[in-house]
Amino acid sequence: MDQDIEEHWDLIILPKNRLLDLPLRELWRYRDLMLLFVKRDFTAQYKQTILGPLWHFINPIFTTITYTIIFGNIAQLSTDGTPRLIFYMCGITLWNFYSNTTTSTGSTFTQNAAIFGKVYFPRLIAPLATVISLMIDLSVHIVTLTGFVIYFKSQGYLENMQWINLIYLPPIVLLTAGFGLGTGTIISALTTKYRDLTVFTSLGINLLMFATPVIYPFSSIRGPYRVYLEWNPISPLIECYRFIFTGTGTFSAASLAYSTGMMCLLLFAGLLLFNRVEKTFMDTV
Amino acid sequence: MSTVIRAKNVSKQYRLGKVGTGTLSHDLNRWWHRIRGKEDPYLKIGETNDRTAKGGSEYVWALRDINFDIGQGTATGIIGRNGAGKSTLLKILSRTTAPTTGSVKIRGRVASLLEVGTGFHPELSGRENTYLNGAILGMTRKEIARKFDEIVDFAGVERYIDTPVKRYSSGMYVRLAFAVAAHLESEILVVDEVLAVGDAEFQKKCLGKMGDVTRNGGRTVIYVSHNMESIRELCTSAILLKNGMLVDSGSAGDIVSTYLKTEAKFSTLYDSNNWLASSLPHLTRQAEIISIRNKAEHEVFKVSDQLPFDITIGGKSEYPGTVSRISLRVTNNMGAHVLTTHTIVSYSLLKGETRVIPMTLMIPELISGEYWCTVWIGEGDLGNYKCDHFSVEEVLHFAVINDQTHRWFPNWGNFNPKILAEDESSNIGRRAWDTTE
Repeated sequence: MDQDIEEHWDLIILPKNRLLDLPLRELWRYRDLMLLFVKRDFTAQYKQTILGPLWHFINPIFTTITYTIIFGNIAQLSTDGTPRLIFYMCGITLWNFYSNTTTSTGSTFTQNAAIFGKVYFPRLIAPLATVISLMIDLSVHIVTLTGFVIYFKSQGYLENMQWINLIYLPPIVLLTAGFGLGTGTIISALTTKYRDLTVFTSLGINLLMFATPVIYPFSSIRGPYRVYLEWNPISPLIECYRFIFTGTGTFSAASLAYSTGMMCLLLFAGLLLFNRVEKTFMDTV
Repeated sequence: MSTVIRAKNVSKQYRLGKVGTGTLSHDLNRWWHRIRGKEDPYLKIGETNDRTAKGGSEYVWALRDINFDIGQGTATGIIGRNGAGKSTLLKILSRTTAPTTGSVKIRGRVASLLEVGTGFHPELSGRENTYLNGAILGMTRKEIARKFDEIVDFAGVERYIDTPVKRYSSGMYVRLAFAVAAHLESEILVVDEVLAVGDAEFQKKCLGKMGDVTRNGGRTVIYVSHNMESIRELCTSAILLKNGMLVDSGSAGDIVSTYLKTEAKFSTLYDSNNWLASSLPHLTRQAEIISIRNKAEHEVFKVSDQLPFDITIGGKSEYPGTVSRISLRVTNNMGAHVLTTHTIVSYSLLKGETRVIPMTLMIPELISGEYWCTVWIGEGDLGNYKCDHFSVEEVLHFAVINDQTHRWFPNWGNFNPKILAEDESSNIGRRAWDTTE
């Protein structure tokens, strides 16, 4: 008589997750938590500062000025004929978004060990919240950047820049976020037990910046190195992003399709690995 | 009554020692077996988790083949000595780690309270943290908003609700954290010993709240505690774990007394076969403790009972030999020191000489619970310490059943001595307040 009830269980705890078992329903149920994490990151960051969120604007501006002086004025690197300030700001904002996403989602397990060890919620909530926080940061930077673009355009520069191109911005940002989340989750899954990769991550990200057209335009690279640059799936994203704001950039539909494909692959691999380790990482972290 | 939790053959294996180079080779070996479709080679080995015995294997089973059913609306206590696997079981039930083998099937939402205030951020205000902590514990924003006033009221922190929690006193912090937890609306609640915090008044409120949880809410509670009284008070049934295995289950009262009488019982004769002699460097080892025998032949006592025991000591140093005074420290089963006492007389011993010294411990007004003695011999008297010769830890186990310490909270201490109220001559000899009501 009890048979019907006996067969229905809300939750079955097993030693391992099934390989492709993404807890989408659960993620949706915990969406409030994700938003609260985002809010926490945002408010906690600027508590007890006088300038508060103003720091969001100051940070990229100062980095841009430094880059402009060092790579532009001193090293005299080409900027594809666009104003140096805009050129570097484009590179910095999107690249920082990518590298921050990778490094912070890459330390998901080690950073959240205290909470993860005490309470269950879908672990993916934590890296997703991080990505959203960083997207908010990026959108503030984009607003700053747009301000500069308006100024330079009014001064007669950036003739090729079309405002209509801004509609390409969301897909580019999402692709970059996907890359960051993909690499980050792979790193987080691989570093719970063996920490070696953490050391490598920051080094790798720093070096990768030079293999990506951040401080130089793609067009300035000739000869054998160009092939390597073409293999880098983040290159077209940076170039396209820069094209949106300056009207100059080297990319093609094919290269963007390649980037999209790579992103999907990376993200898929990342989620797969993450799903595997999330159940028992507490024993090894 | 339907089953809401069913554990089947749940086991958990841990690897001892640190994660290092050895782990990589084991992982590779494990992977190599898996791709050939063979069984994990390390699941076959491993030993039961008896932390006192020295084992040869690097792998231990923190839990081994645990099976149980828990019915809806019951409160189940999990009992066992330190290291019996209680916390591991809680971790698996609350999904912070997965079992190595076996499965647990659950009907309904589970909320786990292995700690209060998980995820509290010091910079955020009480209000923000209430929402954050509630969400971490699985509530939606709407649920929290609906209960917000009740939570603040329960915690009694209304004036401070918009102040960052880093400015809170530790008491206020815990009250707020517990208040959020106490208002969870899950069907199943998994609770670790979180009640060991907060002031007495608040604990009473919490205990009442926890009682509510099962009696009125039809909710199922799983509770781990070292405090046998609170298990007996709060739980309807209990599970007894020993070295990672389930040895008994039944009504809470029965299991608690089984535990105190049998499981907690260690031995009546303690010697080098079942104790750990201390290896502290300052010990001279010029004399040694050879054995300790509990002459009462049982281990459960009431206040002011006598616990008679023989202690055999031997000298190991040439003329003029050693002088030894016997000291006893009682610790509770959380490892906290409860009391220390010394013999007034000293005993002198030559090399090779042994001596059996009959002693009696008068059981003081300890609260109900389990106790262990650390026994050591040394030279000097109270104000004039000279040296220690030899010491053994966790011997001469005994349990106290004290009817006066009903509803006792861990942070009230370990003693419940008589207190005399001056004007009430008729009440002399009784406690000024009566805890049994």
